[in-house]
Amino acid sequence: MSDFRVMLASPNFNVSESFFPNINLQDGLNWAEEFIQNVVLPRLPEAVASHFPVELGTVLVMFGCAGIFVAVVPLLPLVLVLAERKVAARFQNRTGPMRVGPWGVLQTLADGVKLLFKEDYIPPQGDKFLFLLAPYVIFACSFAVFAAIPFGQNILVSDFNIGIFYIMAISSVIVMGVIMAGWSSNSKWSLLGSLRSAAQIVSYEIPLGLSILTVIMLVESLSMSEIVASQSNGVFSWLIFRTPFTFIAFFIFFISGIAEVNRTPFDLPEAESEIVAGFHTEYSGMRFALFFIAEYANMFAVSAIAVTLFLGGWEGALPGYDILGGLPGFVIKTSALVFLMMWLRWTLPRLRVDQLMNLCWKYFIPIAFFNILGTGIWGLIFPEDTLVSTGISCAIIYIGLITAYKIAGRTFAERPAPQPS
Amino acid sequence: METTQQTESKIIELKPFADEMVVNMGPQHPSTHGVLRLELKLDGEVVREAIPHIGYLHRCFEKHSENLSYPQIIPFTDRMDYIAAMNQNWGFCLAVEKLLEADESRNFEVPERAEYLRVLICELNRIASHLLSFGTYGMDLGAFTPFLYAFRDRERLLLLFEKVCGARLTYNYVRIGGVSEIIPMEPGSIAEQNYLDEIEAFLDYFEPKIDEYNELLTKNSIFSERTTEVAVMSADMALSYGATGPNLRGSGVDWDLRRDEPYSIYDRFDFDVPVAVDVPELGAVVGDCWCRYKIRMDEMKESVRIVRQILAEGLPDGPVMADLKAVRPPKGEIYFRSEAPRGELGFYIVSDGTPKPVRVKGRSPCFSALSVMQELSRGLMVADIIAIIGSIDIVMGEVDR
Repeated sequence: MSDFRVMLASPNFNVSESFFPNINLQDGLNWAEEFIQNVVLPRLPEAVASHFPVELGTVLVMFGCAGIFVAVVPLLPLVLVLAERKVAARFQNRTGPMRVGPWGVLQTLADGVKLLFKEDYIPPQGDKFLFLLAPYVIFACSFAVFAAIPFGQNILVSDFNIGIFYIMAISSVIVMGVIMAGWSSNSKWSLLGSLRSAAQIVSYEIPLGLSILTVIMLVESLSMSEIVASQSNGVFSWLIFRTPFTFIAFFIFFISGIAEVNRTPFDLPEAESEIVAGFHTEYSGMRFALFFIAEYANMFAVSAIAVTLFLGGWEGALPGYDILGGLPGFVIKTSALVFLMMWLRWTLPRLRVDQLMNLCWKYFIPIAFFNILGTGIWGLIFPEDTLVSTGISCAIIYIGLITAYKIAGRTFAERPAPQPS
Repeated sequence: METTQQTESKIIELKPFADEMVVNMGPQHPSTHGVLRLELKLDGEVVREAIPHIGYLHRCFEKHSENLSYPQIIPFTDRMDYIAAMNQNWGFCLAVEKLLEADESRNFEVPERAEYLRVLICELNRIASHLLSFGTYGMDLGAFTPFLYAFRDRERLLLLFEKVCGARLTYNYVRIGGVSEIIPMEPGSIAEQNYLDEIEAFLDYFEPKIDEYNELLTKNSIFSERTTEVAVMSADMALSYGATGPNLRGSGVDWDLRRDEPYSIYDRFDFDVPVAVDVPELGAVVGDCWCRYKIRMDEMKESVRIVRQILAEGLPDGPVMADLKAVRPPKGEIYFRSEAPRGELGFYIVSDGTPKPVRVKGRSPCFSALSVMQELSRGLMVADIIAIIGSIDIVMGEVDR
């Protein structure tokens, strides 16, 4: 708080230890009022300042900040859709969109404008109210998640003390929107898609939550900023390397996350070749665009949460080297995970419903429980996070990876090329 | 029979299961490979019954043929299996030529050079057809990238076809008594050498790609999980339904018309016929979707082998068309079958000695393969239906004709 005031109030913009202001709703409404009192009023002429409605100004400032958030975050899907298309094109020896703007950078914008002008079709036999409501539920929920993600030092909308719990809760509401969309469309494909989606999201929420629990057990806090703060001592203090169990938990989290956001190989709810477009088959125009934007926002959000929980959040790889409040580092780490998701999408086929459920209930959930047990025992053996515990953990991870690679390599080598003839 | 039952309308009333959902998959559906309508009776995700309804692409090929002269029918065969139109042309021409040969006064024979060109082009078309099958099968199962890889390679083949007949889809290249001379390629000319070099360059490029595609899709564990032990078609079932081609060989029956009933000059080439065997490493059993798919991948290699043998021998000199004044087969009837990429393609022709046939009947391999659908899909899941359609590799243009 004080840094922010110093920064704006002083004429020669000294960059102190933290560059970005703390827009922190946790402090109640005080911050906006202080902003008015200390920053706005001194700059206004005396006559205006004495009549300035401070309460109204406070609300305006808060709206302004919310507006910035609402304006900036939807730009993410805009970039991600283009990135997805470009990445896909590169995987497939193509160039991707090239016509609109240089290298096709304005393509998603053009697509958005096109969707805006499309006919807004509402199925006459469907449930009109739910049909109209569903895209907003999904859109709102997927963007509300961003409120609790710390993008950098002090760059977070709200530092709840239950941040990660809030994210889990909000992202669970998305499935309601999906079911609403599927039911209200009065289409059998939509219904099948939404039921698939409901089953999938509800199932994968369990390993997702359980792998988050391992992190919470180590950090002993649900607050996102405290989870990041506990990983501030360089790359080996990141929670993924802290214990061997969090290392496993990271992969369970990430794979379950891919299932949560319905991407290949878990894209059954919108499997084009099976159930046409799944729950949004009947949607057109801007309502379809809302689903589309929400999907990409979700993808970024899941990656961002994975980075925050396991890969040090905005903290740099070396302690203390977080440039520009850690924002660039955070974006790079998140983009890497997003790229991994795209990579998987453009490489792998799709699982079947029963195989999807098998993977979740027979493998992920037992492993996730085992992780919790393991993390508890680890906590008993190493109550403090010391150099020794980190060293042992990294050694176990290293040995485990080598063994896994050897086993996998042997099975691949033993597998002869199938030659029926 | 009791007459009271017929008068009471309530007894005829349809009584579906309480939780049964009837879904029409198609005719507008992304993965029915054309315009097929499948009437699915679903219990949740499980398919109780899948009834194929065909006829959406019916264009009266057989009736049209009765009003056209024999050479005029060939472009219609292009529109049957448009993925492998060369083979369709050839299948029809072979039948007509068999009829013509019966007329001993004509002393009719297809020139050597034309036979070589036919095998060359049709084997390349077989590769193109199987490539498309591979690509779309990947896409049916959710992998988009193989589709584009397949189309990238198929594009080169289409350019090769364009160079001999000027068309990319409906070739009308194989004619009765030889092949088309629209784009002349003199024996031993530079144009011919360039063309053969281009084919060789394609084969050199393409042969390693087959292994790459096997790595990408065939051995992918998700792919094999989706396809192995799904919709197992036993050899008996395949034979009783009349499944042919890769579908039959995928069920472990060693039968290929090119080898077992050699027509044209296939007896001069050395090639293997891939037949499915169990692959325990991937969990594949003979007759499942994976085996049917794998047969096509292996057949591409065999086609490459045949084309390479032609390139090594070189095309013989001579004309590409037999000296035919008019196509007027003698009175009689013929059924001739050839091995198209999708199986046994037969044409039954009845001639009364006039330039127009009395009756033409096409025996479509896809039609027979599609009839297995209903029995195979019982008790499977919706996603498996897609896997079956892709693995039996149907082209609706040929099913409906």
